[in-house]
Amino acid sequence: MLGVVRQKMLGQSLPKIRPVVSVLRSYSSAAKQMTVRDALNSALDEEMSADPKVFLMGEEVGEYQGAYKISKGLLDKYGPERVRDTPITEAGFAGIGVGAAYYGLKPVVEFMTFNFSMQAIDHIINSAAKSNYMSAGQMSVPIVFRGPNGAAAGVGAQHSQCYAAWYASCPGLKVLTPYSSEDARGLLKAAIRDPDPVVFLENELLYGESFPVSDEVLDSSFCLPIGKAKIERVGRDVTITAFSKMVGHALKAAEILEKDGIDAEVINLRSIRPLDRSTINASVRKTNRLITVEEGFPQHGVGAEICASVVEESFAYLDAPVERIAGADIPMPYAANLERMAVPQVEDIVRAAKRACYRSVPLAAAA
Amino acid sequence: MAFSTTTANFTSQPFSFNAPSPTSHVKLLITPTSASPFFGSTRKLRLPSSSIFNLHRRSGTVVGVSQVVKEKKPKSTLNLLITKEEGLELYEDMVLGRAFEDMCAQMYYRGKMFGFVHLYNGQEAVSTGFIKLLKQQDSVVSTYRDHVHALSKGVPARAVMSELFGKTTGCCRGQGGSMHMFSREHNLLGGFAFIGEGIPVATGAAFTSKYKREVLKEADCDHVTLAFFGDGTCNNGQFFECLNMAALWKLPIVFVVENNLWAIGMSHLRATSDPQIYKKGPAFGMPGIHVDGMDVLKVRDVAKEAIARARRGDGPTLVECETYRFRGHSLADPDELRDPAEKARYAARDPIAALKKYIIENNLTSEAELKAIDKKIDEVLEDAVEFADESPLPPRSQLLENVFADPKGFGIGPDGRYRCEDPKFTQGTAHV
Repeated sequence: MLGVVRQKMLGQSLPKIRPVVSVLRSYSSAAKQMTVRDALNSALDEEMSADPKVFLMGEEVGEYQGAYKISKGLLDKYGPERVRDTPITEAGFAGIGVGAAYYGLKPVVEFMTFNFSMQAIDHIINSAAKSNYMSAGQMSVPIVFRGPNGAAAGVGAQHSQCYAAWYASCPGLKVLTPYSSEDARGLLKAAIRDPDPVVFLENELLYGESFPVSDEVLDSSFCLPIGKAKIERVGRDVTITAFSKMVGHALKAAEILEKDGIDAEVINLRSIRPLDRSTINASVRKTNRLITVEEGFPQHGVGAEICASVVEESFAYLDAPVERIAGADIPMPYAANLERMAVPQVEDIVRAAKRACYRSVPLAAAA
Repeated sequence: MAFSTTTANFTSQPFSFNAPSPTSHVKLLITPTSASPFFGSTRKLRLPSSSIFNLHRRSGTVVGVSQVVKEKKPKSTLNLLITKEEGLELYEDMVLGRAFEDMCAQMYYRGKMFGFVHLYNGQEAVSTGFIKLLKQQDSVVSTYRDHVHALSKGVPARAVMSELFGKTTGCCRGQGGSMHMFSREHNLLGGFAFIGEGIPVATGAAFTSKYKREVLKEADCDHVTLAFFGDGTCNNGQFFECLNMAALWKLPIVFVVENNLWAIGMSHLRATSDPQIYKKGPAFGMPGIHVDGMDVLKVRDVAKEAIARARRGDGPTLVECETYRFRGHSLADPDELRDPAEKARYAARDPIAALKKYIIENNLTSEAELKAIDKKIDEVLEDAVEFADESPLPPRSQLLENVFADPKGFGIGPDGRYRCEDPKFTQGTAHV
């Protein structure tokens, strides 16, 4: 059976042995529970209090306490100059953020969802991402663009797109996708402290989910390194990479697979750009099979990039073709049953893992 | 919303801006909270009358330079708009701009410069008229037609020329090019190829100036930002978004429209429902002023007031400068759509010739001294071209530099360490 597995996290070692599956909330005897929403709020709070140059700007971040209540309480604490309610002008205020960042302020620009970032994408790519290069290092842009990304529940085609692949293809940007509260806290703090433009893709459905957090995570200097993935579950038979909400699905799939004797390794990418190719490839060299899971559109997606990377670096180690699980290649439908079919579900991951292991029929548990 | 609580501080804030000419004493008769006398063109300003202010009122309509020069024939030397030093400074700056652009055209046709090059000939009065009133810490944001803005702001001609040649000694090490001039030292924030893109960035720079004063409590921070853009941009959404936010938050910015009537081959009159751009200012709660952009003295007059207004904390201004570009949109533009008669009309209003005439007629200096300036500029440019020619091309290792301020953004290599820590990182191929 499982036994106790020492969690191997690159670049960070925990002082105690933690239970492997963080989805099982009953293992919280030592750790506190924290929702992702609170994690983001506390990270913003601490970074704003530590550095007066950090300010938050976006629609409804102030008096409304945040469209998803992420910035609750910040207006009262820091005042309207540092928690700026903006008019509905994404292009305008994203550009204002870039101009402010040129002069050393650290704006956190909130998009109500990343779908609206398309109205500001000129500034994210052309003035934020490219400025440091075009100016040969004179104008660095320490800005964070954050907001919920990807599908929510029944919000329709124009509110459900995942932008990880688009932003991650652009040089000059860093793209982060937290999953748990620990990710949310650590990565948001790292993003705010980072001197480069960071696109911080949250997920609306994760905001209310609770995860255990250790004291280390709750410390105000806690920070996760950008560019390092986390192995959420160590395994031997197949590697499943995922980010954001799909990590939860992958972990559930891993539990199901375990009953069929397939020991899955789940990697929480955390950072889409830069992609932690080293961790992914090391894992594939160990398990020899890869499944990439993402919520976004399949063509030119994150999974495609991971597959290409593995083919380039670890081709000889692959025992099966790489399986790519992505959202359906359609605009998101509204009807609940269609929506469920358009987004990857746990069963899809399980089926793909079995295909990769050439086992369509469950075997008796093998050692 | 609780933004306007600090506006009361601005009116009492003294500004350290040094202005020798009498127009600096014009205080626009408005308080931040009063509603109307100011919204509208300068004609509605209640100003004490004198010959200087006749000029203000006249700047509400378009007049030919020759007319203006006639009217400006001074009644006495006390009514001169500029001193000798100022006149020489303005003249030199405009001649530098003109000669530089002409040299660019030459170099382009010789193959030393490449890509998109947009020249500023004919519009020098706007750049000189505004930028020469700024301090070093004030910012300028421009478009792709940015060579002369860079020069006026103080970026050395050598650095700009090298940048255009794509050499490593350029102001952006050859990585930006003609359309992306940046200088931290001179607070030139680009250089943007997308029209309208620079306007929010400029608004952000103005926002920072105000933030530094109010939140970070740097009490003497009164930096002003100028955003330059064209007539075509005034139909773009970002322009309106920023007019709104700048007026809403009372940011220290001046929006300068260089209306040269043409956006590549699209006439302003064909593209715009109401071609009078300065009227768009009052719609957002800021003054809109129209000025003859072929006359550097008029531009300077208006600029003084707009910049002083921003520095005081009274908020943004929209200034429409009617100007003209003597050359095509870019060096690749055959420029067939513009009427030669129109071009000839504006060529007769050449701002450099007009200033020269003004200086000579008012005996500010002799023709010989102006010719000496011409010669000096020629030498500066020859030196700049020589410098650029002899400068090295960027080395291969420069390819991957400056993508990130923190190069760990290139991620982790196959050996598990950050790629940027590998000493051979920049020697390899561009594959990351």
